[in-house]
Amino acid sequence: MSLILALIRRDLTLAFRQGGGVGTALGFFLTVVVLLPIGLGPDQALLQRLAPGALWIALLLAVLLSADRIFQQDYEDGSLDIMAMGPMPLELVALAKAIAHWLASSLPLAVAAPLLGFLINLDPAAILPLALAMGLGSVALSLLASIGAAVTVGLRRGGLLVSLLILPLYVPVLIFGVSASTAPGAGPDIATPSLLILSAMALASLVLSPLAAAAALRSYLK
Amino acid sequence: MQTLANPARFVGLANAVLPFVWVATIILFAIGLYGAIVTSPPDYQQGETVRIMFVHVPAAWLALMVYTVMALASAVAIVFRHPLADVAAKTAAPIGATFTFLALATGSLWGKPMWGAWWVWDARLTSMFVLFLLYIGYMAVWQAIDEPHRAALVARIVALVGFVNIPIVKFSVTWWNSLHQPASVFRIDGPTIAPSMLWPLLVMGLAYTLLFLALHLVSIRAEVTARKIRQMRLAEIGER
Repeated sequence: MSLILALIRRDLTLAFRQGGGVGTALGFFLTVVVLLPIGLGPDQALLQRLAPGALWIALLLAVLLSADRIFQQDYEDGSLDIMAMGPMPLELVALAKAIAHWLASSLPLAVAAPLLGFLINLDPAAILPLALAMGLGSVALSLLASIGAAVTVGLRRGGLLVSLLILPLYVPVLIFGVSASTAPGAGPDIATPSLLILSAMALASLVLSPLAAAAALRSYLK
Repeated sequence: MQTLANPARFVGLANAVLPFVWVATIILFAIGLYGAIVTSPPDYQQGETVRIMFVHVPAAWLALMVYTVMALASAVAIVFRHPLADVAAKTAAPIGATFTFLALATGSLWGKPMWGAWWVWDARLTSMFVLFLLYIGYMAVWQAIDEPHRAALVARIVALVGFVNIPIVKFSVTWWNSLHQPASVFRIDGPTIAPSMLWPLLVMGLAYTLLFLALHLVSIRAEVTARKIRQMRLAEIGER
């Protein structure tokens, strides 16, 4: 357990001290949100209807943008070989790195999304469901991204392939994420079926994606 | 099973079986198309356009079946580490992608007169499109990784991860309210489709399956030969 925490702390330190990582994703997120009303025209009613979907698409693309970096550096400088030889199973290494990616890249975006929502006239009633759905959905996004990152870790031009491989897996998260964020009569019962399915997907990917990512990493480490 | 796993024996068997498979495919296609175009009646609502079904539905069945074959072959490859299983999975992908594309294209042609749109983003169509992307991604992995052995290891994982989508496609019309009509052949309470239309559909389904079998055998044979040539080239370079 302490090994996992140490690895997460190391990755977070690297991500925040290096700069670039978190900043780029947030900047990209902001760019999409700012460009959207300019491209679609300033119609408030239209923007309100599009806001949750637009925020989700921006989140998804921003996570994809940082996805191929989850294992890349450690693979290139050999740290990953050391981790593979260490006492911790590679599955847990993959899990720890996915959690670090979530904390450093996806979670800040999910937190920033409701704030940026003000720029595109997000319905105030949708803020709470949106924040909740994005918090849960971003877990699934980061974990699925770790599969894509592991599969393409040894490739020189992996970026495009990551998008192609991960896109099909992101589609269900996007569908249920948007429908959980736009729940019209959110009211007292916040746990809509969509939100429950979204959490099921987050939990399933929590179990399955470290296995897949570790298997993919092993084939490169041989 | 063990003897079949020898690539040379497998190619020998494929050579022996293939002529019969081709003949059976052609005969079944002839019967199926005759039933589809001549004997089956036009639908009382859809008119003659219903005949698109005989091309569209079997293609969609095969799109799912081929991915299942691919995932099964990948699972076998993980467990038994046999190269022939990898070859089977690799060569199934382009055929499956073609069937998926055929299902999407004919569905689009059918959707225009029936729904008034070429494409609708509903559950069945979206999940089918996702299946197409999965095939493309799987083929891209084989393309992107130069070394065949490593490509095989990675491709197995990609195929198995993508298998999650197959039940989603199958049950998408049951789980969500969809514009696409629900299952009408494989149902617990029996098919809800008129017998005069059902038998050509089933014959076409069988014909498509045999066509896949024939194409798959041919491309496995080609892949085995390509690998042999690669080995011989490498050996030749090594001798120099």
